[in-house]
Amino acid sequence: MTKNNNVDTTRRNFLKLTGLGGAALCLGFYFPADGVPTLVRPSELSESDIELCPWIIINPSGKVTIVNHRAEMGQGSYHSVPQIVAEELEVDMKDINVIFAIGNEKKYGGQVTGGSSTIRSSYKNLLKLSATAREMLIAAAAAKWNVSVADCYAESGHVIHKPSGKKAHYGELAVAASKLSAPKEPKLKKISEYKLIRKPLKRIDTPLKTNGSLIFGLDKRIPGMLFASVERDPRYFGKVKSFDASKALKVPGVKRVFKVNMGYYEYIREGVAVIADSTWAALEGRKALKVEWDTSSFKHWSTPEIFETQNKLLKTQEGMPLKTQGNPTEILSKKTKKLDVVYQTPYQSHVAMEPINCIAHYKKDSIEIWGPIQAPGWIQDDISKQFKIDKEKVIVNMTFLGGGFGRKAMIDYPSEAVGISKILGGPVQVVWTREDDATLGPFRPGISYRCEGTIADGKIEALKFRMAGQNNDHWRGGSKTEPNRSTSEGFLKPYYESIKNLSISDVLFETTIPTSFWRSVYASTNGFAYESFIDEMAYEAGKDPMKFRREHLQEERCQKLIDKMEEVSGWKNRSKNEGFGVAITECFNSTVGHVVKVSKNLHGGVKIDKVWAVMDCGWYVNPDIIHAQVEGSIVMGLGAATTHQITFKDNVVEQHNFYDYPLPRINEIPPIEVYIIDNEEDAGGVGEPGLPPFAPALTNAIFDLTGKRIRTLPFKLSEV
Amino acid sequence: MIQLTVNGKTENLDVSPEMPLLWAIRDTLGLTGTKFGCGVAQCGACVVHLNGEAVRSCVTKMSRAEGKNVVTIEGLSENNDHPAQKAWQEIDVPQCGYCHSGQIMSAAVLLRENPNPTDQDIDDAMAGNICRCGTYPRIRKAIQLASQMQEKSRI
Repeated sequence: MTKNNNVDTTRRNFLKLTGLGGAALCLGFYFPADGVPTLVRPSELSESDIELCPWIIINPSGKVTIVNHRAEMGQGSYHSVPQIVAEELEVDMKDINVIFAIGNEKKYGGQVTGGSSTIRSSYKNLLKLSATAREMLIAAAAAKWNVSVADCYAESGHVIHKPSGKKAHYGELAVAASKLSAPKEPKLKKISEYKLIRKPLKRIDTPLKTNGSLIFGLDKRIPGMLFASVERDPRYFGKVKSFDASKALKVPGVKRVFKVNMGYYEYIREGVAVIADSTWAALEGRKALKVEWDTSSFKHWSTPEIFETQNKLLKTQEGMPLKTQGNPTEILSKKTKKLDVVYQTPYQSHVAMEPINCIAHYKKDSIEIWGPIQAPGWIQDDISKQFKIDKEKVIVNMTFLGGGFGRKAMIDYPSEAVGISKILGGPVQVVWTREDDATLGPFRPGISYRCEGTIADGKIEALKFRMAGQNNDHWRGGSKTEPNRSTSEGFLKPYYESIKNLSISDVLFETTIPTSFWRSVYASTNGFAYESFIDEMAYEAGKDPMKFRREHLQEERCQKLIDKMEEVSGWKNRSKNEGFGVAITECFNSTVGHVVKVSKNLHGGVKIDKVWAVMDCGWYVNPDIIHAQVEGSIVMGLGAATTHQITFKDNVVEQHNFYDYPLPRINEIPPIEVYIIDNEEDAGGVGEPGLPPFAPALTNAIFDLTGKRIRTLPFKLSEV
Repeated sequence: MIQLTVNGKTENLDVSPEMPLLWAIRDTLGLTGTKFGCGVAQCGACVVHLNGEAVRSCVTKMSRAEGKNVVTIEGLSENNDHPAQKAWQEIDVPQCGYCHSGQIMSAAVLLRENPNPTDQDIDDAMAGNICRCGTYPRIRKAIQLASQMQEKSRI
């Protein structure tokens, strides 16, 4: 391919767009294989492809490729990012290719797919750069035809000259367009002008998911690749005292057995890897392996002790304040009539349907990784540091993920795979079993919350929340003298306006059990405690819980959300013998309210009759994906509230697989209705915010029906 | 050598009779549409058809599959157009998609055995397939739709 001498000059003529992780994005001419790191997988592009800007690649044939810079784990970025770009670029969804970017944060900004951030962190830039590309293509056509730009418009991947009807596809214009100066302020469409955005378009990845052709991490194959299964310490941080590989090595197909390390931020987790020529042989070899662990250097925890310790701490310690206004402690100390209760939420495992796995190839001068990965940038940073190699030489390829939920944003499993490949001297796929995946963490931390409050004149006079639970940030070197930043996550900010005396603080609690993000993170547990307690306060005040929230949430968006919740659920017309519960939480800049209706089951216990969910996520892309995400969040919330939990005995998880960590099944799912509030506010998250309000709305409904207040999760619906 | 038919093709595989069918399909034959989810017949991600019956390939030994006719998701239809596949696409059922090979293979047997399933029938037949993304409401809808499509195509 010829080197374009204009590249350097043209690249100076770039459009700086900031906001994606602070990185400047270049909208300029640039050949993918031009000595600059190739940012899209070269095998999927031809030499003649022109990268008009980091997300848009145009082939001279007119084929447009849009890059998805984030992980696709079910939440829909693979569809939604292109849906945004296609709108302003004026191409049809049916005509585009979509490819994953490799990890390159200089080019794409933050790529960590977490915090429900894909759309909210990038849509303004995506709209702008797509509109910029469109205007440059139009300008190129106008120059080519020697006509006025004003007489040309773009449609379906073509520029059309209105008066003459002349037409050129983008492929004919891309080279010329790329040499033009980018317009500073391209004209963006109004929401009312959108043809694709806000429409429930069918996901472009769906057909690949109905015939088995889509490649997840576990399906990826590299020439010469072997398979590995690793025996790791069930107590997480034990050292290998000794191991006996003699029987494992006799299993047909097993090639080697050796000790490996798995970096977990500042910590090392040890294991013994069995390498074989098939997954099955590696698994069988591992069964025949004997490992002795030395776990004497750290404390071993059991679940009862964890929660007893948290409770004790909550009785005696004020904790580190994250938010304080007025003087709730003083008011509470003077009042005899007050509520003072403790809520408890369990440890949970992610158990995405695709167990953890990773392919690594440690080569002479680079390291390449393929797998179900949420955080390519973090992996590049970690591998670069651990294996002393330039970050740019750590090539992280994202495959589709069979679910992630935060677990696949960890850096541990790629680190281990690279370590194995280094010892082995070739590519290897490390496969975690379901048992490994469910029991080896990191977990959503189990947390206790002490909630205190008083009522005056029918409103909350003082409110005090204390949380005692592990801080995920501590595993990543976070400060232990500052409160967990997420202590207030889930709690609606408009409460700060109406509750004059309020404090939210974090009581330091640590164990040797690794913890991390789990879908909606602390909002998933805070939401249960805080929104249940608001309900308790409503009853204490003698008020309808919906009305009580309305009175305390004097903010327009909250009021509209409550209007909608009342309207769709028939809240005001509910009859006395029906159990209705409400909860509203905020998570990643979106607010979601749930109403749950329960009734008594003929055979004892309660059953969920219906769930209504209302989502206010501001600006959005695809309403059907939002519906799907909220439906899924409710199912996941149902499991975490009523069917499964992780418990420990002597630092070892007591569950193993789906038979003792049972996920909800199709016969346990209530009818769900999802509604979206239409407004033009800034976009909030979608993948996670639908989860936190479910558990409190359910337990609030159970209280409404039975008078029984559930303060500990999980509980069994059949035993209420 | 173990002989069996996979998606209409006769295969002679040099694998242990103890090996689960799942790994022969995935690693030996390279058909990765059938998924590993739990390894203990709990989740249904690995469901294939063995002589027309839905089985969990993760616990089906090669010795049991010998001489039999195996259909995987790749062989369910020529053009991704079995009524279940079409309905899954129409309703946009999958999120991550990982469990849906197994979901569709289970649904295909249900739709053959019980062409007009009630919601209760669907719950009974599909309770062996876990979806962590929580696509269950859509699976129900899609099976109802597939049932209608199937009926129409018969008329």
